[in-house]
Amino acid sequence: MRLAFSIARRFLRASKGQTFLIALGIAIGVSVQIFIGSLIQGLQIDLINTTIGSQSQITITSRTEDKLIDDYERWQPVVAETDPSLRSVTPIAQGQALLVFDDENYSVLVRGLDFDSAEGIYQLSNRLVSGEMPSTELELLVGQDLAEEAGIKVGDLISFLTNVGQETTATVSGLFDLETASLNKTWVITDLASAQGLFDYDEKITAIEMQLEDVFAADTVAEALHSRLGDGLSVNHWKADNIALLSGLNGQSISSYMIQVFVMISVLLGIASVLAITVIQKSRQIGILKAMGIRDSKASLIFLFQGLLLGIAGAILGILLGLGLAYAFTRFALSPDGTPIVPLVIDPGFIALSALFAITVSTLAALIPARKSSQLNPIEVIRNG
Amino acid sequence: MANIIELKQVNKEYGDQVKTPVLFDVDLAIEEGSFNSIIGQSGSGKSTLLNIIGTLDQPTSGEVMIGGKRTDQMRKNELAGLRNETLGFIFQFHYLLPEFTALENVLMPYRIRHGKVPAEKIDRAHEIMKLVGLEKVKHNLAANMSGGQQQRTAIARALMNQPKIILADEPTGNLDSDTSETIYNLLRDINRDLGTTFVIITHDRRIAEKADRIIEIKDGRVALDI
Repeated sequence: MRLAFSIARRFLRASKGQTFLIALGIAIGVSVQIFIGSLIQGLQIDLINTTIGSQSQITITSRTEDKLIDDYERWQPVVAETDPSLRSVTPIAQGQALLVFDDENYSVLVRGLDFDSAEGIYQLSNRLVSGEMPSTELELLVGQDLAEEAGIKVGDLISFLTNVGQETTATVSGLFDLETASLNKTWVITDLASAQGLFDYDEKITAIEMQLEDVFAADTVAEALHSRLGDGLSVNHWKADNIALLSGLNGQSISSYMIQVFVMISVLLGIASVLAITVIQKSRQIGILKAMGIRDSKASLIFLFQGLLLGIAGAILGILLGLGLAYAFTRFALSPDGTPIVPLVIDPGFIALSALFAITVSTLAALIPARKSSQLNPIEVIRNG
Repeated sequence: MANIIELKQVNKEYGDQVKTPVLFDVDLAIEEGSFNSIIGQSGSGKSTLLNIIGTLDQPTSGEVMIGGKRTDQMRKNELAGLRNETLGFIFQFHYLLPEFTALENVLMPYRIRHGKVPAEKIDRAHEIMKLVGLEKVKHNLAANMSGGQQQRTAIARALMNQPKIILADEPTGNLDSDTSETIYNLLRDINRDLGTTFVIITHDRRIAEKADRIIEIKDGRVALDI
């Protein structure tokens, strides 16, 4: 083992130029892999953040006839205990209503939030474009598209007609922009108690919303929640509602894997062919070693070690190159406001994985020359001089 | 003295389609501790004979015994072990590993056998190199030495594992006559002091005459044995 390793090292050192070229070949493969992987990952996270980052990722609703959840205080700790990755668990009381302003009617969704716990999901304080957050009962926020359409301004009084029948008047304390036109047009946000009063819900709520650490675990966590909460409540998750997005992301991941796999295959073929040539270059030395009694298996090990060492050197070089490439990309590929077009995600686990992959691939590539060297007969070298 | 090498009815042919016979029914026995020379014209089959004795080549038919064991039926790994422990080779071309220094080349047979080299074996390598007059160029890469130094390194390497037999194929073929003389004297000294058996191919009759026994190979047969 030790001898084969030191011979491998010496062979590599003896032809520095060639060693460097092979290592560089591996390095370019690894760097492309790291760069493309980080880019696609960044792209996907960016896409997910804009799509589902500011909405409920798991929503609990009631299966009862009135669709109301009783006793939020009882459910909240049960939900929180189910999975530690759940965050921003918040109660919602919402209902359809007609907004009456200036003798015009608008169909809206009145959403009663607990502002403190809902902040984690909707970040309303950042979404406010004018005015303030509601501070007392019957103050509310209106989406800026609706405000524009109806001519509503901060401080205006608006009335609501609900299916309960009574007309209620409330004050507009601010306008919000959730960056989605349909929400900006139809949502009216108020505090929990106001909404509960408006729709006659008493202390009941219509839904429990939450987000979670790993958005892709939403289906399994939802499953766990369902089994904890029983059949009285229904648990929905974003994945079920965004199948098109998911299949798009999936397609992107698959094409990224395909690119990475083909890059690595071309690296594998490159190394295998160069190492096959080194066996011919070193056949004299292998013949001498065999005449001196080195075993075939050890002679093969020399080339496997060469592959391993080249893989390690190439992986290290490739990580540096890939990170350099990623850094240059975030520095120079900028959108007009100075932020990177795509925020890259540098994932150490992914980098370690592609380094490991490159090392394995180069060791595998060395199998062909290793086999060749094991078949080499010393007499051919001795007889042919 | 017992025979350390024995060949019985050894035949060798080359080629698959067109068979070229090289050795015909060679019977040969070599005593332990003797100093033998093989002479013959080029193409007579003497190198093939030496390669068969050295287990680098296999006979087409016949028996080859080294130290009482048949080598023509051994597995590859057994042969590798035998070559490493019992045999030492010196070729016409030195066949050193150019990536290693002279000292590392000399230690190579020991490393192949044992892996790690203890200090006393390094001392032994130094001693052998002193014996062949290489103490000044020990740490040179094999490629950076003169032809004579390279050949002496190859001799030192052949001695490293203290083999019972040293097989040499024109070990001084590329050297001037003074250097050749020195190297032959050295080989004779080793033969006398360590009792190593030598089988040496040479085309130089003057040198052959210094051997205990001269074997002449002609057209694949033993023509003369004195």
